[in-house]
Amino acid sequence: MDSNPKENIIEEVTNKDYEFGFVTDIETDFIPKGLNEDIIRLISKKKEEPEWLLDFRLKAFRHWQTLKMPTWAHLTIPPIDFQDIIYYAAPKQRKAKSLDEVDPELLATFDKLGISLDEQKKLSGVAVDAVMDSTSVKTTFQETLSKHGIIFMSFSEAVKQHPDLVKKYLGKVVPYTDNFFAALNSAVFSDGSFCYVPKGVRCPIELSTYFRINAANTGQFERTLIVADEGAYVSYMEGCTAPQRDENQLHAAIVEIISEKDAEVKYSTVQNWYPGDKDGKGGIYNFVTKRGICRGDNAKISWTQVETGSAITWKYPSCILKGDNTVAEFYSVAVTNNYQQADTGTKMIHIGKNSRSTIISKGISAGHSQNGYRGLVKVVPEASNCRNFSQCDSLLLGDQCGAHTWPYVECGNDSSILEHEATTSKISEDQLFYCNQRGIPTEKAIGLIVNGYAKDVLNKLPMEFAVEAQKLLSITLEGSVG
Amino acid sequence: MPPEERANLGIFLSFQYPVEIPGVSMQNFMRTAVNAKREYQGLPPMSMIEFTKMMKQKQAMVEITEKLQNRYVNVGFSGGEKKKNEIFQMAMLEPELSILDETDSGLDIDALRIVANGVNQLHNEHNAFVVITHYQRLLDYIVPDFVHVMYDGRIVKSGDKKLALELEEKGYEWVKELKL
Repeated sequence: MDSNPKENIIEEVTNKDYEFGFVTDIETDFIPKGLNEDIIRLISKKKEEPEWLLDFRLKAFRHWQTLKMPTWAHLTIPPIDFQDIIYYAAPKQRKAKSLDEVDPELLATFDKLGISLDEQKKLSGVAVDAVMDSTSVKTTFQETLSKHGIIFMSFSEAVKQHPDLVKKYLGKVVPYTDNFFAALNSAVFSDGSFCYVPKGVRCPIELSTYFRINAANTGQFERTLIVADEGAYVSYMEGCTAPQRDENQLHAAIVEIISEKDAEVKYSTVQNWYPGDKDGKGGIYNFVTKRGICRGDNAKISWTQVETGSAITWKYPSCILKGDNTVAEFYSVAVTNNYQQADTGTKMIHIGKNSRSTIISKGISAGHSQNGYRGLVKVVPEASNCRNFSQCDSLLLGDQCGAHTWPYVECGNDSSILEHEATTSKISEDQLFYCNQRGIPTEKAIGLIVNGYAKDVLNKLPMEFAVEAQKLLSITLEGSVG
Repeated sequence: MPPEERANLGIFLSFQYPVEIPGVSMQNFMRTAVNAKREYQGLPPMSMIEFTKMMKQKQAMVEITEKLQNRYVNVGFSGGEKKKNEIFQMAMLEPELSILDETDSGLDIDALRIVANGVNQLHNEHNAFVVITHYQRLLDYIVPDFVHVMYDGRIVKSGDKKLALELEEKGYEWVKELKL
């Protein structure tokens, strides 16, 4: 069908993130509001799931009922009525999006992004590798991938086609007992992506999943499971958006990554959920559990995230360095503006000897937002000769916002070396004036300075993604100074 | 009028203490600036090839031999390099009126000569330079058409290059008295 899938996927990735803000007019199949065992049975039935998976869900739900929402994060979370949410919504059919329905502000945004609307029109006809509300709409390139023995499909498909693999890995990195939101997700998760790269295979293209919440009053609970078997390599990207709505919507996902001996997984995400308006109304509540395990010796996992969306972000992509000589990396840029709140960071758990981890976190706060880094570096006594380097920088724009850092370090032996560096800075008037004097308007100057500040992290993104992330940073901060 | 509009209309201000902008390459910075001006003038952005050529050419003018494009704006530049970088930016933006604020402060003789050469090469009948200095030394290289003495926010004495020499000899005290 397409001679160059790579180019096509790039096009998808670089354009699709900006279709945010609007509602797609499609017929949607809803189930009733609320959460109880009957609802879970209904979800499971709709997805034609095997008995073992329903059991898994019910166990998770029963456990969830015993839990309370965590309160330790530096977040002000309005009470969430978990009975007032629709836990399953699926588009009845795919339908091309009409440009005429896009609101003018969004059209202006496209102009700013330099994406011509003709391109958008073409894009509407393109099959996008996307999860809309509760189900996967389409997964592309499956044939190309299957030539290499790579399995990349929606989670529901994987349950049907590869039940043994799913059963083997599901909940092994993030058990349903892990935390409140992990339990909730395990009970009601609807879809997501499943990826398995067999022994010794280097995945030839970037894999990507695109999540979109469309329906109102609906939560999205997707699950992603990525497995790189011995000596395998895969780079995976995730993007997400949601329409602008006045009410808040819940997103509680789980991502599990398993990197076996000598394998490498690169996971990149640009999180661009609707952040609410400038007064803090609406926006997504994003409570996500992401964790990877370097299970075999020499395994590697790297997380790269650019967080610009969501009203509330609660997210700590972490790594367990179980094998010897394993490597884990976490690169993050988190931007908050207006009334957004973010409590994000990572955990690096060193269990294997000679394991190494790197943490680079760049927080940018503007408006009235609160932006926090929370991290844990733990080295168990048996894990000798480990190394960790952490760098947490905060950049403040304006004087109404806050930046917070909570780095925890636990070192169980004396042969390991842990380093931590942190800075807090403000974009100075002098820098802005300097740019102004060269003819660069203030908003462009902020974009320039912020991108410079975040460069170390942006450089880690796949190139096509990085370009988009740079633009996104500039747009997110527009109007934040002055 | 906001400073960026003044800049786009052709006024350039060189800084006595240029600020550092970490992570922003000179290439990216200058390209943004050049294209901001072009946008203001209703021109399309300059192509990368054209821009690279222009950067090379202007760099040669101020004798910056090392690779400038990937260095971050003023980060790790010596005092002399920062001043040369200011003149380089001026050359790139081709302003009609340039205000050089104590560009000679902290410069050694070689850097002073390079900076002055840059100004002299750029000077033509379509542009003007206001050079702010306390010393005659710079004026050995940049020969002024007019010399004005500012005191307390006002021009208190004007003349040609001879006035600068007179000041060098007699100091500034006598000019203060002129005001009274």
